Amino acid sequence: MQVVWDYRMLLLQGVWITIQVTVTATMLAIVLSLLAGLARQSNVWLLRTPATVYVELFRGTSLLAQLFWMFFVLPAFGVSMTPLLCGVLAIGLCNGAYGSEIVRGALRSVAREQREAAIALNFNRFQAFRIVVLPQAARIMTPLFGNLAIEVMKASSLVSLITLPDLTFQARNINLVHVVTAPVLIVVLLIYFAIALVISGGTRGVEHALAKGRDRLAA
Amino acid sequence: MEFSFALVWEILPQLLLATIVTVEATMVGFVLSLVFGAVLVTLMRTPSRPVRALARFVMEFFRATPLLAQLYFLFFVLPSAGIVLSPFVTGVIALGLHYGAYAAEAYRAGLESVPKGQWEAALSLNYTKLRTYLSVVLPQALPPVVPALGNIAIAMVKDTAILSAITVTELMFVANEIGSERFQYTEPVTAAAVIYLVLSLVATALIHLIDKRFRPEEAPA
Repeated sequence: MQVVWDYRMLLLQGVWITIQVTVTATMLAIVLSLLAGLARQSNVWLLRTPATVYVELFRGTSLLAQLFWMFFVLPAFGVSMTPLLCGVLAIGLCNGAYGSEIVRGALRSVAREQREAAIALNFNRFQAFRIVVLPQAARIMTPLFGNLAIEVMKASSLVSLITLPDLTFQARNINLVHVVTAPVLIVVLLIYFAIALVISGGTRGVEHALAKGRDRLAA
Repeated sequence: MEFSFALVWEILPQLLLATIVTVEATMVGFVLSLVFGAVLVTLMRTPSRPVRALARFVMEFFRATPLLAQLYFLFFVLPSAGIVLSPFVTGVIALGLHYGAYAAEAYRAGLESVPKGQWEAALSLNYTKLRTYLSVVLPQALPPVVPALGNIAIAMVKDTAILSAITVTELMFVANEIGSERFQYTEPVTAAAVIYLVLSLVATALIHLIDKRFRPEEAPA
């Protein structure tokens, strides 16, 4: 345990980077999944086709390959990014592709009668979506987006392989200096687990808040 | 910056050899995860409360922590405990443990989907517990689990790339090595990405086929 205490500052710096990557990549992933999920439902092929290509491409290839591609290959085409931007972009893009399926499923699960009722009330398409469909889909999406956030957190460990000193990177480096390292790795795994618990707790909070609104409307 | 197809052609044999390692790692890892998942789900259904709680914790813990960190744990800690394994073996064990937790969750959902009446019927027929599982519960619980297990296999194909971090000479590792040797990452990394795409498309098609095979048995004759 002494090792862990000696390296607490490095580990905390690592935690900070892990949190930064997790939060920004999760936000990017959610925005992209909403955009791609909606575009895939669209009647306009100019929206639908690029969204489908994006989703299939990023779901079909390894995240690490995507990360290396952005880190090693894009500079050769004149696009240079910091490791942090690279990591956030790759993880956000990849998980956005997975998340688009969440959005698609949630939108499908909203009963057709609800849309018909919205038309009967003379809502325009945007109003129907914002006032009728989205609030109901949001309740289904929330726990699934929570899981997605945990996947993003786990994926954030891969940024250590493109030189970003996150929690996993620090764990590995301390390992290279010391011989007895089980405590460091156990602590690192526990920190990841704790972050996951915070994420799922937060997700439950959001779920609760959304359910409240529903009760009020029903009353 | 030009994309050289000649270079792709030149390095293709190396990449395909590495792809074999990727496929091997996926297959061994998948079998291990099926076994480990079965063990976990069995422990989660034992009468002993502490064992159930521990199995549940293990499942949650393995699912909520990164594969890469788990991989480093096995890679660095096992040798200091006197267990020296090759990177490949360490890697497939990590895959098996990580995805075994997902498999356990899938099995659990399948088992819970079997109606209670089926258990009661087996009991009234004086079936032993083992016979109940083998001839009544599992035939109903497993077919709906096939797509979930298939998704695990597809995810695993792509996650084998992470094994490159502990020097397993799979596809991503070799692509990277070629890149650093020639100072030319564009072709090897792009080719590797395309190979992953092909592998996961093939895996998806295979699982679709297996799922279809299981489906007709679901419907009563």
